[in-house]
Amino acid sequence: MKKTGAEIFLESLKQEGVKVVFGIPGGVVLKIFDVLHQQKDLDVILTRHEQGAAHMAEGYAKATGKAGVVLVTSGPGMTNIVTGLADAYMDSVPLVAFTGQVSTNLIGNDAFQEADNIGISRPCTKHNVLVKDVNDLARTIKEAFYIATTGRPGPVLVDIPKDVSTNKADFKYPEKVQVRGYNPTYEGNKYQIKQAAEEIKTAKRPVIYVGGGAVFSDAAEEIREVAELAQVPVTMTLMGLGSFPGAHPLCMGMLGMHGGYWSNMAMHHADLLIAVGARFDDRVTGKLSDFCPDARVIHIDIDPTSIKKNIHAHIPIVGDVKTVLRQLNVYLRAMDGKQSDLKEQRRPWREQIEEWKRAHPLRYEQGAKVVKPQFVIERVFEMTNHEGIVVTDVGQHQMWAAQYFRGAKPRTFITSGGLGTMGFGFPAALGAQKAYPDKLVLCITSEGSFQMNPQELATAAIYKLPVKIVLINNKFHGMVRQWQDLFYESRYASSYLGEIPDFVKLAEAYGILGLRALKPAEVEPVIREGLKHRGPVLMDFHVDPFENCYPMIPAGGAQHEMMLEDPPELRKVDRSGLAKKKAEEGEGVLPA
Amino acid sequence: MEHIISVQVENKAGVLARVAGLFSARGYNIESLSVAPTLDPTTSMITIVTQGDDPVVEQIIKQLNKVIEVLKVVDLTETNFLDRETALIKIHTRPEHRDEAIRIADIFRAKIVDSSPTTYTVEVTGDVDKVEALINLLKPLGIKEIVRTGRVAIAREAAKVQTRREIQAAKA
Repeated sequence: MKKTGAEIFLESLKQEGVKVVFGIPGGVVLKIFDVLHQQKDLDVILTRHEQGAAHMAEGYAKATGKAGVVLVTSGPGMTNIVTGLADAYMDSVPLVAFTGQVSTNLIGNDAFQEADNIGISRPCTKHNVLVKDVNDLARTIKEAFYIATTGRPGPVLVDIPKDVSTNKADFKYPEKVQVRGYNPTYEGNKYQIKQAAEEIKTAKRPVIYVGGGAVFSDAAEEIREVAELAQVPVTMTLMGLGSFPGAHPLCMGMLGMHGGYWSNMAMHHADLLIAVGARFDDRVTGKLSDFCPDARVIHIDIDPTSIKKNIHAHIPIVGDVKTVLRQLNVYLRAMDGKQSDLKEQRRPWREQIEEWKRAHPLRYEQGAKVVKPQFVIERVFEMTNHEGIVVTDVGQHQMWAAQYFRGAKPRTFITSGGLGTMGFGFPAALGAQKAYPDKLVLCITSEGSFQMNPQELATAAIYKLPVKIVLINNKFHGMVRQWQDLFYESRYASSYLGEIPDFVKLAEAYGILGLRALKPAEVEPVIREGLKHRGPVLMDFHVDPFENCYPMIPAGGAQHEMMLEDPPELRKVDRSGLAKKKAEEGEGVLPA
Repeated sequence: MEHIISVQVENKAGVLARVAGLFSARGYNIESLSVAPTLDPTTSMITIVTQGDDPVVEQIIKQLNKVIEVLKVVDLTETNFLDRETALIKIHTRPEHRDEAIRIADIFRAKIVDSSPTTYTVEVTGDVDKVEALINLLKPLGIKEIVRTGRVAIAREAAKVQTRREIQAAKA
């Protein structure tokens, strides 16, 4: 029996095991939504903005490892997901976005709500396809999921014209998929891996540097094994957090621009770098010419373009991180009982790192009057035993969350890394919550980021997604303000956000519990009450607007040249006076 | 250094845009580019002439390989290769110059493929040096218009060109 394109769409999604679709209907996808409306196998989450749908699908994908699915209409529906696509492309998130398109006979005519979906999304997708014939639909969907979830994962866009969704064809879902020009390499080159094992054994000051690739590849267990077998300390990028237990004695936490002093110093002094699914982003390397000057580099990545892009790799290994590390561990295990020797041999290196850690640990001073943002974040993590799924937005709060996160499981720290998309956190948290309705999902955000997608409070309320929003309210675009303090003589150009809105009332307007803490003593009771509440909660923490995030490698600086606290000249400035003046000038103040 | 890269792609809409977009987005430069179907009508061959030091060209090749519709990428500059370009050159010909124009064309084994009372159109095929040399000689006569195909190239050996990976595999 022949099926319509819309029915083929539904059946294909079922075959792919899709459980939920995030999206908003519109003219050219009505047929598809109509079919989705008449079945119960797939949930449709109606978001309040297409960008929200894209980030929810990302959150879902990052939490589960499965492809997130977005369904939106043509024109503005599609252009509104571009940020989500670009974000997913940068962070290698498996996403399949279905966009409606005007009927094939209208394409190119500037029809109502027409946009060149393929042209617009080309630079921010792993692959995209316009389906011109309903007979190609099932195969195209199969290929889209295959490409999105294999190799280095990424977003794939499938553009479906209206007539393709209404035309009929025989439905047979292809069992196998073969894409001519797409053949990811999974196994590493044996010779290279053997070389790598030799270097790991003889290195004096090795460091394992873990990126997001380790999370996608589910390689946490293998990384722990390498680290323990060869006694190598591990540092993680923002995207890699969770792939090595935060409390492990070999764990150094995050590195990079706001990473630990000790982990950056360890990188700088290392003689061997084992890069695992990481891409030497500029936020990690700092000044390239001074990056790890003494280190030989072993670089394991499934994407050949990541290797030797920014940093020369002495031993490049193209392959899936998990597979390659398993191969590597075979060699490391065969070190004929020399582990204890190795432990002894590496002792000075580990002691050196401990010394750096003791010299400059993460620190803040929580007084009696003003709430420190780090205090809120640290308390939230402690009170939840580092066990929830943490989803952050972008900015200072994100860096503090990363610094204080000690979680031990991959896929429990979800954030927008590469693109740095403010507004990602809250919808992504909803997506993660949809995937795991019974798990605790914390959304660590700020007043700046949250206001880029607050409309999804409606989605949280309607679908009863009990996300706990921890809103670090410092009345500023905090990271921008920090840079203005450090590099622009504290001129707060367009960074002051003020007291608007009243977040508690905003939450209440959506039927969501809103709580507020203004003083240090109120922080814990608010967290306790928020966590106890069964539904979604917005906790508004008013914190010190002038707290800066340290350590910090200034942009263009080398990784060992970290700033550890506010420079003396900044401490002299009456910054609250400046903010007060801003307020008096009428910026960001509640109307009387 | 100049590199000539052969890119075999699926013959589908948008593939050229993807390849060209990759070059512009990453700041690589394209000196010339030509595309035409191969013997297999489902694939096309793109020949790109680009400039870059070794790490840049290595990235270009990797990035091209990453495009889903790209089937094979070969840096011909690493092999012994043959390259050709065709140019059509329309020149002004005053009566006293018409013989001279034919003589120059003859020297380069170029053909006069169209003629009007005041113009000749010369067709020339050859490597870049030959085409440039002819253009230089015709300049004094007055060039009215010129179109060039950009270069196409092929490996000289009897066997088909190998990819970098195939070469490495053969060595190992």
